[in-house]
Amino acid sequence: MDRDDLLSLYRLMLLIRRFEERSAEMYALAKIAGFLHLYIGEEAIAVGAIAAIREDDYVISAYRDHGHCLAKGSDPGRVMAELFGKATGLCKGKGGSMHLVDATRNFMGGYAIVGGHLPLATGLAFAATYQKRDQVVLCFFGEGAVPSGQSHEAFNLAALWKLPVIFVCENNRYAMGTPITRGIALYSDLADKARAHGIQAETVDGMDVVAVRTLMQTVVNKVRTDPQPYFIEAETYRFMGHSMSDPAHGHYRTKEEVEAERKKDPLVLLRQTIMQKGLGSEADFKRLEQEVGEVVADAVRFAEESPFPDRSVLEEDVYVE
Amino acid sequence: MLISYRDALNQAMREEMRRDDRVFLIGEEVGYYQGAFKVSKGFVEEFGRGRVLDTPITEAGFTGLAVGAAMAGLRPIVELMTFNFGILAMDQIVNNAAKIRYMSGGQLSVPLVIRGPGSAAHQLGAQHSQSLEAWFCHVPGLKIIVPATPRDAKGLLKSAIRDPNPIIFIEAQLLYSTKGEVPEGEYTIPIGQAEIKRQGDAVTIVAYSKMLLLALEAAEELASEGIQAEVVDPRTLKPLDLETIVESVKKTGRLVIVEEGWRFAGLGAQIADSVYSSAFDYLDAQIVRVTGEDVPMPYSRPLEDAAIPDRARVRAAVKQVLHSA
Repeated sequence: MDRDDLLSLYRLMLLIRRFEERSAEMYALAKIAGFLHLYIGEEAIAVGAIAAIREDDYVISAYRDHGHCLAKGSDPGRVMAELFGKATGLCKGKGGSMHLVDATRNFMGGYAIVGGHLPLATGLAFAATYQKRDQVVLCFFGEGAVPSGQSHEAFNLAALWKLPVIFVCENNRYAMGTPITRGIALYSDLADKARAHGIQAETVDGMDVVAVRTLMQTVVNKVRTDPQPYFIEAETYRFMGHSMSDPAHGHYRTKEEVEAERKKDPLVLLRQTIMQKGLGSEADFKRLEQEVGEVVADAVRFAEESPFPDRSVLEEDVYVE
Repeated sequence: MLISYRDALNQAMREEMRRDDRVFLIGEEVGYYQGAFKVSKGFVEEFGRGRVLDTPITEAGFTGLAVGAAMAGLRPIVELMTFNFGILAMDQIVNNAAKIRYMSGGQLSVPLVIRGPGSAAHQLGAQHSQSLEAWFCHVPGLKIIVPATPRDAKGLLKSAIRDPNPIIFIEAQLLYSTKGEVPEGEYTIPIGQAEIKRQGDAVTIVAYSKMLLLALEAAEELASEGIQAEVVDPRTLKPLDLETIVESVKKTGRLVIVEEGWRFAGLGAQIADSVYSSAFDYLDAQIVRVTGEDVPMPYSRPLEDAAIPDRARVRAAVKQVLHSA
């Protein structure tokens, strides 16, 4: 953990944070429509976990997917253009916020049916094994997906066939507006759900990017050398509403609770660590803020200036011709 | 070579698995049991457990696994023990397999075949007797193949396995033991091409899968009364070869559509609409549909018979379109 290393983790989390703050502004200006699910508060999980894998490893996510896509290295301009529904977007404007895909980076997509992409993750892992490649799969989902039947079917097949897939459960404690205490029996240890299928599991502080990465490095190494599934419960909190139509705290959680959780901000935590260790200064953070601000401003400009898709492409990409 | 529909499917998969090692078979009982209907007889012995995968009874789980494997470049064949059980995999089929190409703006593709029997057999009850092809046909991104003969089953399954899109390939339990001539050696049949199975000039009957055999029998009976029916087998429901159907209708001026599925919003309604749009001026009578009744399939034999099209109903429909001229 040297200076450059920690500052680069911080920079990526900051990029996701500022990117999404600007996305929210663009939503308010009606530049972005539909559903926009923000990852703000949960950045340490995507950044820490994806920092532990190789470029050719697969990542697949749910609908709150901007963070995973950016952490996998996608161009912020093309991501923003996708949110704007522009022809230059990652998916040519056909996917939108919840369905980002960047095949060049093996970012295999965001999926918006809760629990439905866990079987896909087992398939990616199956393919890696079948093709005798040593790729691993990171599959991100919220704790709301844990009780779904498809998740358990995926856990069982992954364990049965020893597939190299790491299920990363982002436990932000709310499935939309339903707290985990009202949605999941035996909610206090989600990792136990995976252990019931014979999957090794760990719980980690999802607000601590270094802790996430450290755990993931060990797990990824284990899964790559001795193929088997793994389950990580990363404890986190969603600082914003479920989507843009949901205010930051809503009717289902108190303002006090949200304020208290915001004190555990993963960016603030890492910044404190860096400062305490004397590995960075105010000037460093100011510089990063400047740099990231420019990247995000460029992304917005690129999205703004890009054309909408032409009506003629409507029927393209339904089938492979 | 005279072989059964079952053996035709077996040959198609075997040839394609020998030809392309990305192809694998996955489903309930496809390995050591050799398939619930013995379609994969000898497969686990030839290809091994790595390419012939017995699964637990989790249709969503293993269909989704196959979709993911296809996204990563493999060519899975999913065997559904029956399409009734495939309902459990509808999320994977409709929300993932059919849409991933489009949602990704053409970056990803899902070369996948999902096959197994649809429609009623004999007294299997309401949950094992459904003709669900209309459900799949409604979804953009899927292709739907419904072969009736061993020759078509083999040639179309080989094309399906080579196709880069997700394909729903619906067989029928009552067809597995039927026999027919199949060409020697390598051949494929293009997806989306209908075939005129019987020439005639008085009336066009469109029928597919098991109902094709019924239509051909009814046509023979009608021939003894001097009525020559032309029987068109679409073979593929989506994309539909409307041109061949319309050409036949232009010749006969009359159309009967036979399907086993439920009447309301069934395939025949779509085919009739397409024909009305393309060939209204050539029709000498209203199109008549012969369909399954809009009820869950009853168990009792006389009730089940009443719910499924039979030869008498096909003959009556033909006479209806002839007499209304």
